Amino acid sequence: MMTAPMSFGRVCRLSLLSIGALVFLAPYIFMISTAGKGQSEIFSATLSLIPQQWAYVANFTKAFSRVSMGNLLWNGVLVCGIILVLQVIIAVPCAYAMAKLQFRGARIMMSLVMLGLLIPIHATALPLYVAFDKLSMLNSYTALVAPFSISVFAIFLFLQFFRAMPDDLIHAARLDGMSEAGIVARVIVPNAWPSVTAFAIFSVVAHWNDLFWPLIVITNQGYATPPLGLLFFRAAEAGDDYGALMAATLIITLPLVIVFLLAQKRFVEGITMTGLKG
Amino acid sequence: MADAVLTMSPVETAGRREARTAWLLASPAILLMLLFIVLPTIAVIVLGFTDFELGYGSFRFVGLENYHELMSDRTFRKSLWNTTVYTAIVTPVSIALGLGIALLIESEPRGRSFFRTVYFLPVASLLVAMATVWQYLFHPSIGPLNTFLALFGIPGPNWLGASSIVLYGLSIIGIWQSVGFNMVLFLAGLTAIPRELYSAAEVDGAKSSLDRFRLVTWPMLGPTTLFVTTISVINSVKVFETVKTLTEGGPNKASEMLLFTIYQEGFVYLKVGYASAMTVVFLAILVVLMALQYWFLDRKVHYT
Repeated sequence: MMTAPMSFGRVCRLSLLSIGALVFLAPYIFMISTAGKGQSEIFSATLSLIPQQWAYVANFTKAFSRVSMGNLLWNGVLVCGIILVLQVIIAVPCAYAMAKLQFRGARIMMSLVMLGLLIPIHATALPLYVAFDKLSMLNSYTALVAPFSISVFAIFLFLQFFRAMPDDLIHAARLDGMSEAGIVARVIVPNAWPSVTAFAIFSVVAHWNDLFWPLIVITNQGYATPPLGLLFFRAAEAGDDYGALMAATLIITLPLVIVFLLAQKRFVEGITMTGLKG
Repeated sequence: MADAVLTMSPVETAGRREARTAWLLASPAILLMLLFIVLPTIAVIVLGFTDFELGYGSFRFVGLENYHELMSDRTFRKSLWNTTVYTAIVTPVSIALGLGIALLIESEPRGRSFFRTVYFLPVASLLVAMATVWQYLFHPSIGPLNTFLALFGIPGPNWLGASSIVLYGLSIIGIWQSVGFNMVLFLAGLTAIPRELYSAAEVDGAKSSLDRFRLVTWPMLGPTTLFVTTISVINSVKVFETVKTLTEGGPNKASEMLLFTIYQEGFVYLKVGYASAMTVVFLAILVVLMALQYWFLDRKVHYT
């Protein structure tokens, strides 16, 4: 890359961006630093970032012993995974039918989808909670996953993509004797892969971070997802043991951040695509 | 059935078969939409007219009583007000910062992907976890922020513990968390602006970068800005994680926000009927916001 000469304007821009970046990174820097500090050092309130006595081992041991971190992360992966698979399996055929097949319900379905886009889980949570309670299904993976099995946003996003696909592709597949289900699986999905990955990123970020619904249906630590588990950990932690707390925070934040750093181009594209169309 | 099919023209049967396949493919989605979106939404509206409480067997319809009570409920009014203040702070600041950072990154060839990554990082981080970190940063006596301020002789406030400050504390976290999202959308919007427009503006006498921004960038970003604004407002209205994790609505209800109040009434005190009425108010706010967006979209942002 050619380097342009450093003008005054560029110096200003770069400094602004760098100072801002430092502010935005500060929480991460202090998280990593404090996770390695002992109790007394934290309470001496210094701004030094390097721990005087390394307490990483002690803090991480505490974090792992109070709440089963492995279990939390596994629950998070499991719940996000099942939700994503269900959402895609259910939304793709529906979006295909609405985009490429002639049937009378298509217009009503479109208004249903638009209506659904407006209604977040926070609005439907009360009746759903009562229903799960009556069915004795609180504290289960089913309760965590079921309300999100349908994503109208997925239908909406895939619909845009499928509409833009050439009809000839589908006609050719039909002439080859493929069934409609086969067309969806072998023609539509492979061609719509960018929209599926974009949606996957959107969905996983949303459900990995969600606290509201898990907080409502889960009281048993065994089913806790990462955000809820961290709440349990905070409740179990007497006083201000910030060292252990930062260690726990670090463990729970790291997986998604690593995925983001590894696939950041995809990530940003995905968020942009889903953001702009949502 | 078979006879009917035989008497129809081939085109008609094909059409029928297509419609049947379509229904079949869409049926799981339709069923689940009814079950998890339509029915619960109707139920929440109906429950809003009842005195239903979880744990009690019977309930009765009380008409608009819940809504009457809401109007004089000081917690709920406080909660609505706090949510409004929070939204009024977080939305404009996070949009302005998002746009500013996007413009800086766009005009600077060096370190683009690095800066984009850094500013976007909070969006990809677990909010409950990062809120915990912010709690430490904000700690009145041992927190790095107040320690830093003390270096300059400024006595730092109790960011999350003083009722006059707590909304600002939460707003700072909200802004930090959402700037990256807005920035990414603005970056996408900026890339979509044709370069020729800038040269054309220059020919027309737009010499300074401020002129170019006013004449080209800002109008061309119209649709993006509208969209970012809607999303930001809706996300601010839905603030919950930080409130639940850090303040539980306190101190002295100074950080009661809409979703937290609904959560508290409905899922902690189990007053389902009353909380449903609150939820209906929440839904009405979302509907109004979306309607406003469509209205603006219709009249304001057509730039062609």
